[in-house]
Amino acid sequence: MLTPLAEVTNLTKRFSPDSPPALDNISLKISSGQITGLVGPDGAGKTTLMRHLVGLLHSDSGAVSVLGMDTVSSAPAIREHVGYMPQKFGLYEDLTVQENLNLYADLCGLTKEKRIGSFRRLLEFTSLSEFTSRLAGRLSGGMKQKLGLACALLGEPRLLLLDEPSVGVDPISRRELWKMVQELLDGGMGVVWSTSYLDEAEKCDRVILLNEGKTLFEGKPAELLTEMRNRVFVLYGADAGDKRSVLTDLLNKDEVSDGIIQGSGIRIALRKGAHMPDMADCLRAEPVSPCFEDGFIDRLGGGPGGHSPLADIINEKPDSDGSVIEAKGLTKQFGDFTAVKDNSFSIKRGEIFGLLGPNGAGKSTTFKMMCGLLQPTSGSAEIMGLDLKTAGSEARSKIGYMAQKFSLYGNLSVRQNLSFFAGVYCLNKAEAGRAADEMTNVFDLGSYIDTNADTLPLGFKQRLALACSVMHSPDVLFLDEPTSGVDPVTRREFWNHINSMVKKGVTVMVTTHFMDEAEYCDRIGLIYRGENIASGTPDQLKASAVTESLTSPSLEDAFIELINRSEAGRTQ
Amino acid sequence: MNFRRITALVKKESRQVVRDPSSILIAFVLPVILLFVFGYGINLDAAKINIGLALEERGADGDRLAAAFINSEFLNVRTAADRRELIPEMDAGHIRGIVVIPVGFSTRAAFESDSAVIQVITDGSEPNTASFVYNYSMGIWRAWLSQYAVEKGIEIKMPIETEPRFLFNPELKSRYFLLPGSIAIIMTLIGTMLTSLVVAREWERGTMEAMMAKPVTVTEIILGKLIPYFILGMGSMAMCVAVSVYFYDVPFRGSFVVLAVVSAVFLIASLGQGLLISTLARNQFVAAQIALITAFLPAFMLSGFIFEISSMPPLIRGLTYVFAARYFVADLQTLFLAGNVWGLLITNTAAISLIAAVFFIIIRIKTKKTLD
Repeated sequence: MLTPLAEVTNLTKRFSPDSPPALDNISLKISSGQITGLVGPDGAGKTTLMRHLVGLLHSDSGAVSVLGMDTVSSAPAIREHVGYMPQKFGLYEDLTVQENLNLYADLCGLTKEKRIGSFRRLLEFTSLSEFTSRLAGRLSGGMKQKLGLACALLGEPRLLLLDEPSVGVDPISRRELWKMVQELLDGGMGVVWSTSYLDEAEKCDRVILLNEGKTLFEGKPAELLTEMRNRVFVLYGADAGDKRSVLTDLLNKDEVSDGIIQGSGIRIALRKGAHMPDMADCLRAEPVSPCFEDGFIDRLGGGPGGHSPLADIINEKPDSDGSVIEAKGLTKQFGDFTAVKDNSFSIKRGEIFGLLGPNGAGKSTTFKMMCGLLQPTSGSAEIMGLDLKTAGSEARSKIGYMAQKFSLYGNLSVRQNLSFFAGVYCLNKAEAGRAADEMTNVFDLGSYIDTNADTLPLGFKQRLALACSVMHSPDVLFLDEPTSGVDPVTRREFWNHINSMVKKGVTVMVTTHFMDEAEYCDRIGLIYRGENIASGTPDQLKASAVTESLTSPSLEDAFIELINRSEAGRTQ
Repeated sequence: MNFRRITALVKKESRQVVRDPSSILIAFVLPVILLFVFGYGINLDAAKINIGLALEERGADGDRLAAAFINSEFLNVRTAADRRELIPEMDAGHIRGIVVIPVGFSTRAAFESDSAVIQVITDGSEPNTASFVYNYSMGIWRAWLSQYAVEKGIEIKMPIETEPRFLFNPELKSRYFLLPGSIAIIMTLIGTMLTSLVVAREWERGTMEAMMAKPVTVTEIILGKLIPYFILGMGSMAMCVAVSVYFYDVPFRGSFVVLAVVSAVFLIASLGQGLLISTLARNQFVAAQIALITAFLPAFMLSGFIFEISSMPPLIRGLTYVFAARYFVADLQTLFLAGNVWGLLITNTAAISLIAAVFFIIIRIKTKKTLD
């Protein structure tokens, strides 16, 4: 094996003496000519590890060396050879593309002659040549990401560190960036790519899987997948209305370590050495190739099981044949800009509907109009037959809303958050007390009841956020990117709760750009440039995107294909 | 230290200043507004005070005194036959004082002229104005008295004649000392507020982290911030001085070179404070709060700019010594109104330098090139 570009030995780091370590005895090697994936959910310690590699943080114990030099004592020398792209890309938004490049070139000490060539090559490489005079702040997410990469590549580093380069970037740009980074490897560069998307891990040459500061796995992705071989199946044949109950039953069986809804099928992973459990005759199991997430969950000892105590306290929602949520010709204009154009859909009782689309496509705008946070320019949004325009507050009392990033009050305790939201939903004192107690029991928040929301572990934050949005037992639940960045176990737990509510007739609407999340939906509306360009079940969308070269597209493939078709339609 | 890296950082910062409307606002628009406010809006002079005059006795002597009040260029007089008519006016705040020419005034005047007393009632809720009313009334009464004596050919024994002469600001125009003082406020704003905000912004946007991962030293990053804002602050100062001297006709009796030196020293102290705040606060909101409390408000209230330091309680007076603005305001007022008073200028500027040195030593110790 080649001498490693960077080596970390027994690295431990704590940010405060009484908190659990951010990094716990981590050892790893990074080789040149490879992409090393630093994979794990938010709070796993990815950024902390990256910062150690450029000497921005100093370890409590253990050593970090890059190119044979210690990152504490030789930080300046190391920085000459390391390109680092922090989260948010580290760009000056009020400088133009060219000015950003000039600045970083000067800081890297690139000479005049050298930089002309570098700039031309990098601008070509990132296809930003036409945009050199545009302010970085006016670039799209994908373009910012490319410019950030270009700035990190100035000075021809031997080690390139990319901290979550794919956050907030749509799948198309993610794929482009991935291709670009792969080209860099031929020159012998070593790349570290951190991500919370487990599907990206499979494409890396080597992977370090982190969870809560500990290494769960280190090695080739295939090795992790090998362990899972012949243990992952997709079950078909469950009735659409029934699949959630089937999943719950399966998850409660000892043989099954993990399971999720995937379109019309149910994907399950068996425990090591376990046999396929007994199940209804109508189901047929098809073996599928395992993915990285299966391995991750397995390493953590399996998923969270299927039971959600939330199901026991949610009251059965009234039957209704019509639609619970209905958008009719929803349009929103901001000045000249049409954010949402003539969007119509209807969602039935007990259905999960997903709005899927790249950033800036108008899904959040649509979403906000549906929960009455924005007034549509034309068209109408109705909840259980009530127009949000005319019967706003009555309609809103039937809605539960969970905003992106949870939006809890960080400096209030769990108890205070619950009692605040009870107040917001106008529960009277007795009801509020009862609801808060129930939520505390259901979500097992008792041990954290007096802890401030800010300091809760991520999984508990997620639970609290959901608790706060369902404590008034809403008929309709709106979820805005509910599980982005959350670890797979917490995500499964979350969807167990949602599934149990749906079984009681709660109607759910989700926005997401996470493909896994989209798979949980009964139906999806694909939003692009403000228009609903395709809608249907996940399987229908996949089927509609079948091409000669791609016979069984994933949902992400379908997403990209459908958007490309829509683009092609526009340019004609 | 690498000269090219510093140049690159300075260039970057300057571009950001030019493109960021809030920097321009703080450096050039705000000073103009402040100067306008201090030049016209705030006026500590008592021009034309409204008073009431109660003519409780009508006689030739009393009427002549009344005429003297009415003709005064400092007073707006409302007359009445009885003080009781004027009390409600005073309660309502329409008049700031009442002068009563009492019954028996003329008789007393004829008998022994300096026993011809009047009563002055003032509104103590505004002590400054109250003392103006009192002083003006006394002046008018004395003038009347001496003229009366001359006419009657009698000699009045005045206890002591005072003949005031106001040095440096003979017209006692408050604008003359407010405008120089406001330059200190503006430079505090640029040096401390703006600087701490722009550094905090770099933390917020993640650019500081990118910068630190480059082969750049701490000194270079600090200089890259200091130089542009130093130039901006000096430019803004020059503008303020020009507006004060040429537009508001504030006299400038010192030397411009000395002014430049003193201002530069103060600006460096301000910048030091701004940088120090930004090493403590990595978000703009907190940085703005700290800058407001530790720099802007003291520069306003504890510098002697508006409130005189000598009339503060001892504890607060002691506190003023740690703020550079205190010394700078005194320097500015001296340079504008008195001239190059070397003793005062040197002591004060030395004090500012000391404060600046303390800031930079703490910065040097506190700033490590890590994110810990």
